[in-house]
Amino acid sequence: MPIVSSPYLHGGDSIRLTMMSVILALLPASFMAIYLFGWLAVFIITVSMISCVLTEWLCLRWMGRSTKPVWDGSAALSGLLLALTLPPTLPWWMVLLGSIFAIVLGKQVYGGLGYNLFNPALSARVILLISFPLQMTTWLMPMSDPRAAVDLYDAAVAWSLFCSGPQGIGQALDAITMASPLGHVKTEWTVGVGVTDALVHYNYSYLNAFLGLEAGSLGETSALALLIGGIYLLARHTITWHIPFAYLATVALLAAIFNSIDAERFAPPMFHLLAGGLMLCAFFMATDPVSSPVTPLGRLIFGVGCGILTWCIRTFGGYPEGAMFAVLLMNCAVPLIDHYCRPRVYGHSVDRDAGS
Amino acid sequence: MPALLKRLGQALGWMPAGFFGGIEVPDRKLTANEPIRDCPVPDVLILPMKQHIGEQCHPCVHIGDHVLKGQKIAATEGYVAAPVHAPVAGKVVKIEEHRIAHPSGLGLPCIFIEPDGSDKEHRYDPLPDWNTRDPAELRERVRECGIVGLGGAVFPTFIKLVRDQHHPIKTLILNGIECEPYLTTDHRLMLEHADEIVRGLSILRYMVSATECVIAIEDNKQDAVEVMRQAIVRAALSGVRVLAMPTRYPQGSEKQLIESITGKQVPAGKLPVHIGVLCQNVATARAVYHAVEHGRPLTERIVTVSGEAMPRPGNLRIPFGTPVRFVLAQCGLEDIGDGVHVLHGGPMMGERLRSVDVPVVKATNGLLALYEGQIRGLNTEEQPCIHCGHCGEVCPIRLVPNLLADHCRNDAFERAEAYQLFDCIECGCCSYVCPSSIPLVHYFRYGKGQLAQIRRAEAFAEESRRRSEARERRLAREREAKQARRRARKASQSAKAEGGET
Repeated sequence: MPIVSSPYLHGGDSIRLTMMSVILALLPASFMAIYLFGWLAVFIITVSMISCVLTEWLCLRWMGRSTKPVWDGSAALSGLLLALTLPPTLPWWMVLLGSIFAIVLGKQVYGGLGYNLFNPALSARVILLISFPLQMTTWLMPMSDPRAAVDLYDAAVAWSLFCSGPQGIGQALDAITMASPLGHVKTEWTVGVGVTDALVHYNYSYLNAFLGLEAGSLGETSALALLIGGIYLLARHTITWHIPFAYLATVALLAAIFNSIDAERFAPPMFHLLAGGLMLCAFFMATDPVSSPVTPLGRLIFGVGCGILTWCIRTFGGYPEGAMFAVLLMNCAVPLIDHYCRPRVYGHSVDRDAGS
Repeated sequence: MPALLKRLGQALGWMPAGFFGGIEVPDRKLTANEPIRDCPVPDVLILPMKQHIGEQCHPCVHIGDHVLKGQKIAATEGYVAAPVHAPVAGKVVKIEEHRIAHPSGLGLPCIFIEPDGSDKEHRYDPLPDWNTRDPAELRERVRECGIVGLGGAVFPTFIKLVRDQHHPIKTLILNGIECEPYLTTDHRLMLEHADEIVRGLSILRYMVSATECVIAIEDNKQDAVEVMRQAIVRAALSGVRVLAMPTRYPQGSEKQLIESITGKQVPAGKLPVHIGVLCQNVATARAVYHAVEHGRPLTERIVTVSGEAMPRPGNLRIPFGTPVRFVLAQCGLEDIGDGVHVLHGGPMMGERLRSVDVPVVKATNGLLALYEGQIRGLNTEEQPCIHCGHCGEVCPIRLVPNLLADHCRNDAFERAEAYQLFDCIECGCCSYVCPSSIPLVHYFRYGKGQLAQIRRAEAFAEESRRRSEARERRLAREREAKQARRRARKASQSAKAEGGET
């Protein structure tokens, strides 16, 4: 017998609607991925989504639970998010492995939807990055690049590449890959080349980075596509402005301050905003409801923390990209943030003992 | 961002101050154009001994007594209480326990009156010259006439009508918001009895010597706003404003309305009088008018009988004690089928009746018949919380409902109390927006109930300890006294013995 007490009306929102709205918001970025990486993007996204849903179903079956939550869309969303963070050259079995990591280690071991501490897609990506560092940092030349050596719009070519890697299409890996802007700047710095020169060598342009015509993970390259999706989520009220705003503003602010101190050592703010997975993380990863704070102040703090960590890891860390580590690290702090950032309750004038 | 802009706008005075959070609920005012009609008198009226917040009354009539309409039939010495009056002339046929509209499903002692069809009436002295009387006398009249807040909270009205040297009342707010879906009792009352409400307002204003008065009405009732404005002009009152407030649930909640109008918050655990505000429902104001100018106690109220499953919805004037089953039959709902549920009160804060044999009481502002598909929780399943935070965004008192519900569910009641569980007004906004269909308010009620029980147990243990210690002390004292007596006896004996030897 279900619990029935007031209120007897309901607004009609549901988990499935929420998840579907995020999937909808990711469509521009997905189409951008397909435009840039052709059939390869289609394969990765499909494999990732299907294997996530399947893994979820198997997990629930094995645990003897109801398999109804498979249809709430959260597993499919995790699959899509994971796919969009993957480099296009990844072979099928790594995609499959990542999906299983995402659902089993990222979600089900914690007790399923709503109980995971970390963002499932991001934790899977980190596991993949640690396990396969080379493949996870190998970026394919997008179809927009005139040097692109492989026709990814040809399904057969893309399929061989997806199944058996560069050998399958008789190409050396070096011939079809290039560095991502972030990686390029980082490697150049280690050999003593400043940021400005590095960007000139790379043929970097802000417009290309904004539109997404650069090398990178499937769905991370186009800031424009991600912004469209993010604005849709904000307008639909699936997410609030706090986390994306705090996150992006912090990165931009830190970058601006240090860039003005030493323009050769520190990259400019616009470069940081448009590069790597920052946009995707700010609008879709950090705002994942389960693993982010619920209070407005908590969300601001969470966003600022993500921003500081992202910038620090990018600038001083061993990895060129720090957005996913930043979000995962801040995920750990969420319960604490939530506890200490409760808003002032109506009629209570002074802050009550938060430690109670 | 909109919230930020709103705050900015309010700070600069561009926007009217509002309250935090809240939701848009469907209007569904099916009976807005139905004039108030009289409900016939049933064969027997059942009057519970407690129709207010506070102490229970005791019958002051006996079985077999004949009572007049308006005669006091139950009262108590307690302070927070309101007496009960006979709604009709008739005979007391029995006094026994009967089930009432309460979530516990438990009953209360009730007085059963069989109407004799006559309209013999008992009235208190009319006080048309109230503006020359002592406010304390008027207050006593309000108390004697059993008037309680008719918005639904049924808090005894006289308690709020105090003149306090330390907290003079500056603003008197008449609440005509009626933000619950379906309900139209205050709306119809304002349209049809505007002058009486305004008279009531004048009396209340005189009693607490308020400097400014506000009649607050939601802007989905523009006709009522217009009618009330005209009534004020007719009464030639100055210093009274009629405000059309934005339609937003729960605008009609006292704390939220006060915040909307004055921009101030009622301090936690205090009454609005502490910030110089008195808030009364429009129906309560009218009841005060009847009690003072006509000496008529509170024996009936307007009830919205509505809902999609109600064949002939309407606004009915119903004497207290009328069985709900009888009222529903008047509106065409003869027998309640399987797929139909009857709610007592509005759909947001009311409760589902398990039996329609309960009487209409002072708190009954609506009786709704809804189809099963319309009831939240009957066709949805509770899913895990995804921490979306929507509940916190709509909570008008800024709790963090999802965390609070977690603590209640896990029986971490101390934690829940630290998260301000007792500040929850149970408006239901959180449950309304929850995408996981979690019955948050239900968990809060559970937590409150459990905490109350823990407190009672603690108080009982404390009392037992105190008594046991007192007993120990008494026994020790007695032992002491006994020994002292024994020593004294021995001493006197040995003294005697020594005396004998010498």
